[in-house]
Amino acid sequence: MQNDDQTSEAYRAVERTARDSYGRLIGYLAARSRDVAAAEDALADAFARALDNWPRCGVPEKPEAWLLTTARRRLIDGARHSRVQAEAIPTLLALVDEAQDLASKDNSFPDERLKLLFICAHPAIDAGIRTPLMLQTVLGLDAARIGSAFLVQPAAMGQRLSRAKAKIRDARMAFELPAASELSPRLNAVLEAIYVAYGSGWDDIAGADSRRRGLAAEAIDLGRLLARLMPNQPEALGLLALMLHCEARRGARRNPEGRYVPLSQQDVAGWSGSMIEEAEQCLSEAAKGAQLGRFQLEAAIQSVHAQRAQTGRTDWEAIALIYEALVRLVPTIGALVGRAAAVAEARGAEAGWEMLEAIPSVAVRTYQPYWAVAAHLLKRTQRTSDATAAYSRAIGLCEDPATREFLIQQSHAS
Amino acid sequence: MQYTLMFYMDQGEFAARTDPKKKDAFWGAFRPYLKAIKDAGIFVGGAGLQPPDMATTVRRRDGERLVQDGPYSDSKEQLGGFVVIDVPDLDTALDWAARYPAGPAGLVEVRPNMSASNAE
Repeated sequence: MQNDDQTSEAYRAVERTARDSYGRLIGYLAARSRDVAAAEDALADAFARALDNWPRCGVPEKPEAWLLTTARRRLIDGARHSRVQAEAIPTLLALVDEAQDLASKDNSFPDERLKLLFICAHPAIDAGIRTPLMLQTVLGLDAARIGSAFLVQPAAMGQRLSRAKAKIRDARMAFELPAASELSPRLNAVLEAIYVAYGSGWDDIAGADSRRRGLAAEAIDLGRLLARLMPNQPEALGLLALMLHCEARRGARRNPEGRYVPLSQQDVAGWSGSMIEEAEQCLSEAAKGAQLGRFQLEAAIQSVHAQRAQTGRTDWEAIALIYEALVRLVPTIGALVGRAAAVAEARGAEAGWEMLEAIPSVAVRTYQPYWAVAAHLLKRTQRTSDATAAYSRAIGLCEDPATREFLIQQSHAS
Repeated sequence: MQYTLMFYMDQGEFAARTDPKKKDAFWGAFRPYLKAIKDAGIFVGGAGLQPPDMATTVRRRDGERLVQDGPYSDSKEQLGGFVVIDVPDLDTALDWAARYPAGPAGLVEVRPNMSASNAE
């Protein structure tokens, strides 16, 4: 009869291994079977067996190796049942030897998560599903959680994920790192996908809608992982710095009553000093690569904001200049609106308004941050009725209750 | 493709629409929402409904007309209004649902409308 201590210790070990090693285990199994869905099924099965076996027989000395050995059995059984995958069997048999090697020797199994990240953000995979695919395969999030963060029904999200995994398998997409000539665009897709998971950015614009929340911690995990696996890529460090700077201010974005506080009025005492410090370290490490990019520039903007904690003021001219560089590199609507907002602070509302007006109106029809900035600048230049109309649009397009409340107040206080 | 966004409300939210102390807050958020839908050129139709205590339910049983005071369902949240929009896909419809300035209990049900071809 097993005792309770042994049972709870075994459950804890299963949980810990799932949390710490899920992505590594999937990466290892998927890179060899070239079938993400089968790797997930096999690993789920191995975890289920661990829950049954470990309480009775004790936690194995190398839990990961035990899980891999168990999972590959399932993979081979699965492959034998489907003729399509018959040619995968030699690879899988090699995997058996490897897994047994791992169990007997001291070396740990290779980390294939980088290949997993790159295949999730492969150009052959629809851009809209890359982030969900990463969250599921590397971090083990379920379709319901991902669907909810992306405003997609759980069942539909599950279907899209399955379709993407089927494509990886059936199109025989290679689990390999891209060649040097392709690395830059491919890395960019990985970075984009991670940033989408982070999702909130434009809090330097007064009253702009904060976008998706809830996956910020997961996105930072992915960012840390990528920066560790690719320490010589300045943009990977830039992305991590950007997310850390934004995350450092999370607590200061709402006052104790839950009301929205614009960045310029945030109490710097509420900012996380340790996150800012980590972000600054990433940025200076990135600078050594002497290869500027979009994420480093965006992080640099947040870095200037962070300096207010030391200097007590915001250097808007510096921010406007970095935006200028950003717009030249990637003229997205977000960057154009951000530049207009910064120029308005640095050189006056009129100058900012001119830049805002130059943005094509079709592109901004339902882009909430544009209307928030437009309303703010129109109010400052005393164009009251235009300001009211712009506030109305910003309020109507707003998703976040606290931000909406703030904008309603602003529109009345003219 | 047309979708109907159905706004479900609890008693407090129904009251907030007409209560002199709360109605400014409700309409101050809802009116811009509706205007944004119209400005986006996707508005097909819609209505705000009076509270469920104004409802009357009619059914026919054995050829007889049964009229009952009150709503059909007695759940805590009741349909308070709806908007029909015409957008390319469900994701876009869900984006618009997410912008609905609901109170704490508010929720939006999104359903694709049947098209004429469904009835052929």
